[in-house]
Amino acid sequence: MNGAGLHLSDVACLRGGRMLFRGVSLSLNAGASALLTGPNGVGKSSLLRLCAGLLPAFSGTVMRHGAVALADERLALDSELPLARALDFWARLDDSANGAVAAALDAMALAPLADVPVRILSTGQRKRAMLARVIASGAPVWLLDEPGNGLDTASLDLLGTAVAKHLAGGGIVVTASHQPLPLGAPVILSLTDHLPDPPHLLYPGEWDA
Amino acid sequence: MRMLWLLASRDLAAAWRSSGLWLPVAFLLLVASLYPFAVGPDLTLLRRTGGGMLWIAALLASLLPVDRLIAPDRDAGVLDQIALRGISDEMVVLARLIAHWLGFGPPLMLATLPAAALLKLDGGTIAMLEAGLLVGTPALAALGLLVATLTAGLRSSGALAGLLALPLAVPLLIFGAGTLGDGSGAALKFLAAASLLLVAITPFAGGAAIRAGRE
Repeated sequence: MNGAGLHLSDVACLRGGRMLFRGVSLSLNAGASALLTGPNGVGKSSLLRLCAGLLPAFSGTVMRHGAVALADERLALDSELPLARALDFWARLDDSANGAVAAALDAMALAPLADVPVRILSTGQRKRAMLARVIASGAPVWLLDEPGNGLDTASLDLLGTAVAKHLAGGGIVVTASHQPLPLGAPVILSLTDHLPDPPHLLYPGEWDA
Repeated sequence: MRMLWLLASRDLAAAWRSSGLWLPVAFLLLVASLYPFAVGPDLTLLRRTGGGMLWIAALLASLLPVDRLIAPDRDAGVLDQIALRGISDEMVVLARLIAHWLGFGPPLMLATLPAAALLKLDGGTIAMLEAGLLVGTPALAALGLLVATLTAGLRSSGALAGLLALPLAVPLLIFGAGTLGDGSGAALKFLAAASLLLVAITPFAGGAAIRAGRE
């Protein structure tokens, strides 16, 4: 994972004709983590999608070094398949090492549920399954959107352990959360500091203003 | 190539699990068994019109699985997760086209045999029908997939997909049914040309539609 990096410079995000934030800069090298904070709707998830390359930046540049794993609100596992086989599809697509799925299931304490179909997992178990997908991917850059939602105390500790191990191995973690998470010492980026001034709706023709 | 195989085999397995493979087959057989009740058991009439009727059934059967081709995976975040891994949307659509045809074309061609027997078609007509379906089902699969990518983000996409696909499918129906009464083979060649065109543009048009729908 050496050489992993995520660098944002002066990034602005425009969605649905509305400027969400602008002037966001962030530079993370191997072993660094960041925590995105701010009230609902301020653009935390959009910033994560922007980091993942799924959303184009309205202005500014996003540079990634290394593969990216994203855990957003969608599970992206085949609901009819047993958990281990559903994770296996992504592991094979990622060319992960043998045993990566088993190790990830262990890390999230999901090993006893490996043969259970994804559709009958509970909310917290689904969240852990999603984190297992991220762990198994072997990607150096983790983007976690509210990873603590629905997790109990024991599972939060598992998440903290997994993140600490990933950072120690030279990975990068960017988390959006409004609840305290055991994430070590992240760079804190408050999106409320980057609201457009004044916040207002933008329409075509107004973009240059 | 390995990516393509992985994606296509997942899509095919998903179609198998959702029992989506049986729907077009059951539809075709249902139409073939209802048709003689509607027009009467007149042998010559069935023989003359049965082939065209089966082409209409095949065309409509191709629209049945449209709403599960793209939309569920888009909503579950699967398409985004694939894109994250640097796999192009064109590749996704190409894999899906292969899987969709494999799950749709050959079963439909098999179902045509008992359906043709129900309509008392003769051997030559059945052979032409199967040849036409072999050439034409890739086009029907491509067309269904194309409208599925275009309508994936919309509400009541199933009905809209039908409205979008049917006008585009008219040439396929004309040339496809045309092969049955055509000794020169020209209709089959036109059908092949239309099929090639649709199969060739679908990965690019579908990939662009998925990218444009990403938000």
